[in-house]
Amino acid sequence: MKNKYFERIYNGIIKENPTFVIMLGMCPTLATTTSAINGFGMGIATTAVLIFSNLLIAALRNIIPEKVRIPAYIVVIASLVTIVELLMQAYVRPLYNTLGIYIPLIVVNCIIMGRAEAYAAKHSALLSACDGIGMGLGFTCALTIIGFCRELVGAGSVFGYQIIPDDFHVGIFVMAPGAFLVLACLTALQNKLKAPSATNLSKAEKAKKKLAGEPAGCTGECGSCMLHAEEIVDKKIELKKADCPKTEAAAKEGGNR
Amino acid sequence: MQELLLIAVGAALVNNVTLSQFLGICPFLGVSKKVETATSMGLAVLFVITLASFICSLIYDHILVPMGIEYLQTIVFILVIAGLVQFVEMFLKKSMPGLYTALGVYLPLITTNCAVLGAALTNVQEGYGLVESVINGVGISCGFLLAISLMAGVREKIAENEGIPKSFQGSPIVLVTAGLMAIAFCGFSGLI
Repeated sequence: MKNKYFERIYNGIIKENPTFVIMLGMCPTLATTTSAINGFGMGIATTAVLIFSNLLIAALRNIIPEKVRIPAYIVVIASLVTIVELLMQAYVRPLYNTLGIYIPLIVVNCIIMGRAEAYAAKHSALLSACDGIGMGLGFTCALTIIGFCRELVGAGSVFGYQIIPDDFHVGIFVMAPGAFLVLACLTALQNKLKAPSATNLSKAEKAKKKLAGEPAGCTGECGSCMLHAEEIVDKKIELKKADCPKTEAAAKEGGNR
Repeated sequence: MQELLLIAVGAALVNNVTLSQFLGICPFLGVSKKVETATSMGLAVLFVITLASFICSLIYDHILVPMGIEYLQTIVFILVIAGLVQFVEMFLKKSMPGLYTALGVYLPLITTNCAVLGAALTNVQEGYGLVESVINGVGISCGFLLAISLMAGVREKIAENEGIPKSFQGSPIVLVTAGLMAIAFCGFSGLI
């Protein structure tokens, strides 16, 4: 019994790491990792929201009607984010000030929506909460690693303790472009080591996942994942094209009446 | 007048929403393979952000502030945006089918584009009035349109992976491109 819960946590941290493996939630990943401690703080805030949103959504999964589930999830998530925001404002003021606008923006982090849709909507409350813990910790680890790299190269310090003298700092790494470059290098490293990642899935594996009806993370509701957005858009365009003659015909009919 | 111009230029170039604020990164990386789709996405975002800034600013000033419930802004804004996107989609489908076929597919994807919520929240944080909010929204979305179209242009050129080291193919090279673009946009910082 216990193993099942532990497996969820392991899955979130290593096997399906939301940042490195399925590449979700890129905005906070890039924006808040100017230092290791900022990345860590953002990760913990997201984890808190993720655990409780998974727990609540799984508990409510039989009550929420299928058709309005997305707005219902949004309300649950937005309420939790507001709670976290108020708590942070009260107890960790410096972190609240540095993270600023990115705390309310946890609402639109696609990891949370993705897990709600892909996992919590189909599993029991406890399992979903464990999934939330795993995914959240995976996200926190990833953010801390990226923050650590950027802080080390850009500001020459580790968790705020300076270890490299001022003359050897590469300031650009704590600025906006550095975020892209560090993440690029980390993903390239992952490709080099042939570690499992969104870009390294073989075609057979992808097909298997599709057959199993298991999207590699999110369902594209958010239109945010790098992997699926293009495919989904293409599919929808095809659908639209197929629909078009119908709507035109309907319009004509309406006009005739 | 000059102030409004400064807000618009600042939002579009100096604090470019994608390349220096990291909002809307997901569509920026996800829907930027072709210039055509990228531009449509950018235009849809322009449309929604402008409307959302207008409505959120109205609601904040005339409902949330008088009732003293500013802390509910996140919930209210995201619901307004989700509803707005649905409404815009239905409206376009009924009255402007041409525009709907051009933008329609991108509209549902915008609900959780963080640039929209980001714009609404920035307006409140900076204490902008109605006109300033709308101008800021237009500026932000023009910045997004600019960034995503440029990105798609570059990605069309590097689509064949010619001369790119094997481990950098795929998403790493896209991120490097974005990084170089961000460096270029840093050059605008002296503008204001």
